[in-house]
Amino acid sequence: MLITVNLNGKMVSGDVEADTLLIDFVRNHGCYSVKRGCETSNCGLCTVFLEDRPVLSCSVLAVRADGKKVTTLEGMQEEAAEFGAFIADQGAEQCGFCNPGFVMNAMALFRENPAPGEEEIKEYLAGNLCRCSGYEGQLRGILAFMEWRKKEGRL
Amino acid sequence: MITIRRYKKAESIEEAWQLNQQKSSRIIGGMLWLKMGKGTVQTAIDLSGLSLDGIEETEEEFRVGCMATLRQLELHEGLGTYTGGAMKEALRHIVGVQFRNLATVGGSIFGRFGFSDVLTMFLAMDSYVELYKAGVVSMREFAGGGYDRDVLVRILVRKQPASFHYSSVRNSQTDFPALTCAAARFEGPAGADYRFAIGARPGRAVVIEDSGRILSGGDIREQARAFGEYAAAHVPTGSNMRGSAQYRTHLVKVLTERAILQMGGEAGC
Repeated sequence: MLITVNLNGKMVSGDVEADTLLIDFVRNHGCYSVKRGCETSNCGLCTVFLEDRPVLSCSVLAVRADGKKVTTLEGMQEEAAEFGAFIADQGAEQCGFCNPGFVMNAMALFRENPAPGEEEIKEYLAGNLCRCSGYEGQLRGILAFMEWRKKEGRL
Repeated sequence: MITIRRYKKAESIEEAWQLNQQKSSRIIGGMLWLKMGKGTVQTAIDLSGLSLDGIEETEEEFRVGCMATLRQLELHEGLGTYTGGAMKEALRHIVGVQFRNLATVGGSIFGRFGFSDVLTMFLAMDSYVELYKAGVVSMREFAGGGYDRDVLVRILVRKQPASFHYSSVRNSQTDFPALTCAAARFEGPAGADYRFAIGARPGRAVVIEDSGRILSGGDIREQARAFGEYAAAHVPTGSNMRGSAQYRTHLVKVLTERAILQMGGEAGC
């Protein structure tokens, strides 16, 4: 089946099987930030935005993305760079395997709620597992990021 | 992962129903549970082109399209207000936001999964399923029925004057629940009527009501304790890796008692 997807702002077409998953489609088109972690729709490593909403690309048929907008971390470089650098400076960076899914979902959180509280952060990011660098460090890093943005007058 | 031979985006509910009469066909909702299987689906039927992904609210009811996502339910202001936050509480522990942006209410309800927070919550409300061929059926009847080849089109929730409470126990965040408890206190001319739905027993959620009028008059704390014991004695529980039957029966008692106190306005329960 031929599908066409707006992938990170570019129209991309491909021939897919009925059961090709979106994660495989985007990886076949060079978006290697998107990882397969758990195979049980639990870990959040494969997070992409489908029509601007965070979803698990391991659980979406590629054909269901036909005609839609899909965004991966490759298409979020500008928006995510500041947060990624800040988190790294906080020592809350993960290894490269889990980090893209975590950053994508953090970006989704900030889009929905620019100034989340601690419980809101925990709840929104509960679907991102496999955090080898620890949950506490990331929570502290995000709270510090919010504080920094507040001081900069951007909240 | 299941194998899918053919994908068809249905152009009408009739077409979806026709395709679904083949045993090898499956209607796909969010596909999160279906994906975990190992079988072969000859035709995967997608209802996402039929404008069934909305939540309509009228004076009398909510009409939830089968393709509405759990995240839509969670964020719907009208449902949030009507249930006093119980709907959100029932949904917010399910895996993560990305998962709930995919999982559909139709898939959750049609599956009638034992672990389902969604089924538990809807069972406590005055809710119905609208099936393409069988018409409108009460959620309670549907929850107790078997699987057939009909198409679940919508969930209907009648706005009875009521207050709600939802709680679940999980061994760890985002895991399947060890027990779920949704409670409703319907306000009627003859006083309050209570309804409780208990799920993850680990079997399908069941409804238990106050047919013996334990909860009528007197000290609310004593009544709540008595009803908790009644519920624990009447809700069947079983054992699996998330908890023993004995543990679950204890949870039935505690969660129903707490729900009664919360709905009765008792703080610190």
